[in-house]
Amino acid sequence: MTTSSYWRLFATFFKIGAFTFGGGWAMISIIEREIVDKYHWIERDDFLDLLAIAQSMPGILAVNIATSVGDKLRGPKGSMVAAAGTILPSFLIILAIAIFLTPDIIKNNRVISAIFMGIRPAVVALIIAPVLTSAKAAKLKWKTVWIPFVVALMISVDMGIVSNPILYIILGAIGGFSVWKFSQHNLEKK
Amino acid sequence: MSFYLKLIWAYLKIGIFGFGGGYAMLSLVERAVVGPGWISETMFTDIVAISQMTPGPIGINSATYIGYVAPHVAAPELAGWWWGVLGSILATLAVTVPSFILVLYASHFIRRHQESGAIKAIFSGLRPVVVGLIASAALMLMNNANFNPRGIDWQLWTNIAICAVAFVLAYFKIPIGKKKISIHPILIIILAGIVGLLIYY
Repeated sequence: MTTSSYWRLFATFFKIGAFTFGGGWAMISIIEREIVDKYHWIERDDFLDLLAIAQSMPGILAVNIATSVGDKLRGPKGSMVAAAGTILPSFLIILAIAIFLTPDIIKNNRVISAIFMGIRPAVVALIIAPVLTSAKAAKLKWKTVWIPFVVALMISVDMGIVSNPILYIILGAIGGFSVWKFSQHNLEKK
Repeated sequence: MSFYLKLIWAYLKIGIFGFGGGYAMLSLVERAVVGPGWISETMFTDIVAISQMTPGPIGINSATYIGYVAPHVAAPELAGWWWGVLGSILATLAVTVPSFILVLYASHFIRRHQESGAIKAIFSGLRPVVVGLIASAALMLMNNANFNPRGIDWQLWTNIAICAVAFVLAYFKIPIGKKKISIHPILIIILAGIVGLLIYY
């Protein structure tokens, strides 16, 4: 077993951050392979437990799981090292791109502007696809199927506070919690 | 200086309320950075494209890029590249710090309420909302700036066609020979870029 020194921890997460395209689940499976299968730093059950917690938190899933793995192995300092390792590669790569590929170049360079004009409609398609995937995964029923429509519509009309996505995240959380409390309350009465 | 406080505040909010993964987060990001005019809608779309083609989570990628670009756009006196680097660092930290603290200090709390079923209940309420958030991000990007920047009819239809083909490639498994394979988003972006170069150059 390779020891989970700070440096090893950093290097492992740096490698994962540098070579995994697409965050989220693409990254989780690679983190699992490295941490559980390759280095045996954490048992699979413990990893799945950490993953369940990380998923319940807001923010970036890959950073959350790195934080909790780092914390489990080496405490708060370890969590900082692991999170930094995950973040740094994308940060450095994007910073380099941002410095050279400025909005001005994208707009005024004939070749690059033509390329991006073709790319933009495709990017929209890449966001429509997860709408359908997530709708399927959400197992919408007649009682809930209206929610996505209303949320999307209200946000898109762009009218001050009622179009703020945060409002609907809060409402969704309160709604889910209330339905559960209410059903528990009814159970107790019976 | 006040601009950086606004930037930090915007990304803290994204970090605190960003449930449901990168695509759902996009609607929060768009609201926070396109709304005040820090970046244009086309630039936002470009950043999503760049994020898809580079390693790492889209949340980090977009924070870094927008943090770099936004100071130059929002305040003319912040024109030097170092102001951009500062913006990158601050935005990236702001989007990650809230959940970092939560993971360290609220994990016990979550674990306890996972057993009671409260967490599950909250997420069953969030799930339909997340679908709506992603849909709103898609809807907001279906605009003239992305589909018809020059106001020319045939270009609008060409772009709708690119979007339709890209959707089919992204959503369905494509039969090639006897196998059905899913096409990687990077490949879709590269193909669309080639089409764009051939048509619009």
